[in-house]
Amino acid sequence: MRARRARRRLSVVVVAPAVLGATFLVLPLVGLLWRAPWHSLVDDLTSPEARTALRLSLVTSLGATLVAACLGIPLAWVLARATFPGRRLVRAMALLPLVLPPVVGGVALLLAFGRRGLLGAWLLDWFGIRLPFTTAGAIVAEAFVAMPFLVITAEAAFRNVDRRYEDAARTLGARPATVFRRVTLPLVAPALVAGAVLGWARALGEFGATITFAGNAPGRTQTVPLEVFLALESGRSGVAISLSLVLLVVCLGVLVGLRERWLGPSARAEP
Amino acid sequence: MTTMASRTRSGTLVVAVMMAVAAACGSGSSTRPSATSPPVTLGVFAASSLTEAFTDIGRRYAKAVPGTKAELDFESSSDLARKINDGAPADVFVSADEPNMDKVVSAGNAAAPKIVSRNRLQLLVAKGNPKHFTGLADLEHPDVLFVLCAPEVPCGRLGARALRKAGVVAEPASLEANVKAVVSKVTLGEADAGIVYVTDVLASGASAEGVDIADAADADLEALYPAAVVRQSTHPDDAHRFIDFVLSPEGQGVLARFGFRGP
Amino acid sequence: MAGPVGPGGALETVAGSVQHTTTGLTASVVLRRGDLRLDVDLAVAAGDVTAVLGPNGAGKTTLLRALAGLQPLDAGRIVLDGTVLDDPELGTFVPPDRRPVGVVFQDYRLFPHQSVLDNVAFGLRSRGWSRRRARLAATGWLERVGLEDRAGARTAELSGGQAQRVALARALATEPRLLLLDEPLSALDASSRATTRRELRRHLDAWPGVRVVVTHDPFEAAALASHLVVVEEGRVVQSGTLSEISARPRSPWVADLVGVNLLRGQAAGDRVVVEGGLVLSVPGAGAAAAGGASVPGGGIEVFAVVHPRAVALHRQAPEGSPRNVWAGTAAALDREGDRVRVQVGGPSPIVAEVTTAAVTELGLADGGPVWVSVKATEVTVHPV
Repeated sequence: MRARRARRRLSVVVVAPAVLGATFLVLPLVGLLWRAPWHSLVDDLTSPEARTALRLSLVTSLGATLVAACLGIPLAWVLARATFPGRRLVRAMALLPLVLPPVVGGVALLLAFGRRGLLGAWLLDWFGIRLPFTTAGAIVAEAFVAMPFLVITAEAAFRNVDRRYEDAARTLGARPATVFRRVTLPLVAPALVAGAVLGWARALGEFGATITFAGNAPGRTQTVPLEVFLALESGRSGVAISLSLVLLVVCLGVLVGLRERWLGPSARAEP
Repeated sequence: MTTMASRTRSGTLVVAVMMAVAAACGSGSSTRPSATSPPVTLGVFAASSLTEAFTDIGRRYAKAVPGTKAELDFESSSDLARKINDGAPADVFVSADEPNMDKVVSAGNAAAPKIVSRNRLQLLVAKGNPKHFTGLADLEHPDVLFVLCAPEVPCGRLGARALRKAGVVAEPASLEANVKAVVSKVTLGEADAGIVYVTDVLASGASAEGVDIADAADADLEALYPAAVVRQSTHPDDAHRFIDFVLSPEGQGVLARFGFRGP
Repeated sequence: MAGPVGPGGALETVAGSVQHTTTGLTASVVLRRGDLRLDVDLAVAAGDVTAVLGPNGAGKTTLLRALAGLQPLDAGRIVLDGTVLDDPELGTFVPPDRRPVGVVFQDYRLFPHQSVLDNVAFGLRSRGWSRRRARLAATGWLERVGLEDRAGARTAELSGGQAQRVALARALATEPRLLLLDEPLSALDASSRATTRRELRRHLDAWPGVRVVVTHDPFEAAALASHLVVVEEGRVVQSGTLSEISARPRSPWVADLVGVNLLRGQAAGDRVVVEGGLVLSVPGAGAAAAGGASVPGGGIEVFAVVHPRAVALHRQAPEGSPRNVWAGTAAALDREGDRVRVQVGGPSPIVAEVTTAAVTELGLADGGPVWVSVKATEVTVHPV
């Protein structure tokens, strides 16, 4: 009796804006599905430009996730376990790409890794490595925006790992490196995977930094988001919408698949 | 028990809604300009290559016709055409080529375009021309990195045509979204050269310089700038007045100063 | 059960002086952790079990962590079997992974991502043993604790008692020279505690080396160890066997908790037969003893607990309400303020606490006869 009455108490004052909010978010996606060129979807997606862009996007996004993981996880470890002056600043910088406008990020990358950039000039002179206008450059741009996701989830995971397990492992004779490999890492692995998947989805959808830093060349740096943008410009809206649909399905799949992991990091804490 | 809290919540919500409504109603009214009525703002969609010239024209127009103001939106002509066809609130559209204007005209969103200016292509290179470019043929060199506009952008279409005409077989490192992005890549030092307009070379000032393209004067490599009043304009008379101003001696004088040619 | 004190054997500690030996553990642990300042001397011979007993917050766990190497000393020294494990003055510190020390934690800390077998094999694999060899040895250890059939189970599937045995096997598998147990039974519910305690005792007895049990429960301490060290607020307040500590408690906590009379005996029906022959009438004794070890001839092993204040002394045999009454001789009188602890000798020695006035009144003198009475309701029975 009391339970039923309690449920009815959800006030309109809260529900109305909530419904508006949900509509606000869902409507554009519905619009995409509504206007999707279902009849030409397969043709659009199998056209040479689309196929090239899809293949390239897959390569760059996976590469970017790998780079972000290799750099971001150790960084997260240091942030979680070490204390040093300026730690808060370093953490803020690691999360900067999350809030920085992507194009600004692209410009910053140019100034750092471009042909005349701080590091880029040296890379070019000494190793002959050039990043702008290359696929590697696209990977760098995508890694830049994906890294914060890996750092955040990994740092939280490392913080939450029960030190007591690590203590137990050490008393059993495991060196710190062994403890990390055989106890800590397996315990944080699920969280790391979640962070990597999220980072991957973000890398997949990156536009501003990619086009600014890596440029736009079909087969080399024209990832799916760039192809969507240009298809729209040239009036090939069918291709644009079809590719957008692909990205939408992928991102939805990722978010649904992750569910509690991202929305409640403590909800699925290790025992 | 919670009536106090919910009353406060309802009150806040009502105030918020009222404020939103008031803000929405506050803008946009269509009245004739006069010294006593509110100023008219014209939405002018102009191609990126017109950035510097039209900014100046816009200022002069506001002085010349009191009670009006020109709000300028500079993007690639293809982007602008798409937006206008999607219903963007523009009054005037000035495209950098006829195909993009045709996209708008054939959709019924503009009529009777008039050519207001012309432009020519030029090769933009770093200041001092360190790599000693002499023409398009130098772009074939394996060490050269050059950029073009994307093919949908007028500058890109013309640039590709220029390369074909010169028999140059070379692949650009990137196809930029608009001509100003090409300029940026060259001035930042990322690209050695880019095909832009003469006006862009002039506008880049001390950061870069231009190298002439042999066939630039050919009719099929010249950029034509048609201007038209957009159908959904709320101030069609003022829109026409703006286009007339561009074609007036004062307007043309500004354009000439920035490197454009007369219609 | 105390180890032989012979050449090379451990010596009893006297606060402040610790003798170095070639086997066993000698430790002088001085460290500060937050508000706690720990200063404990400990010496345990190989083959001995010592219980470190004390209230929560006394520093027992910190002591254990220091011995394990998880907490470096501020001062002092830890020596195990002649090897210096920690000596801040010399600058020596052996990290926990290189100490021959095994720890059974209060919360067991079995790795949730590994099977039971792999948990037990963990220490061996960390030493570089191959997976096959380590798993083989681990199986042997699981057999020894009677859990070989749970080898493939996930740790979450184990009951409390089983988890404890796995934790023990895991610690023993590395064949440490020092075994530390932190509150080994506190995580168990009351009903399984007694049985597990017995099994733990059995396993501990079967294994050589130094064993230190940390606990706040005197029954646990008495059941598992022969020698007790009482630590309060970071310091040793008393050490000795359980009867020595109970006889002369040196702090209110000890007195309250341990300064009771712990009479070992057997319960059956409504009676408890105490070692030495004293028979106490305790209604419901048999029921209260549920879970304890059975003895041949009926009856269950128990501790009969009587607080000294509940032990009444009389000049002549008292009559009246149901009481347990017997005669004894008053020995050693221990004055504490206005209370006196009287050790009453007899078949089953017991300690009574009376006022100084009562002593005078009773004309108690060393060696004089005295009658003892204890109400049945004042006796509590605990299964062993």
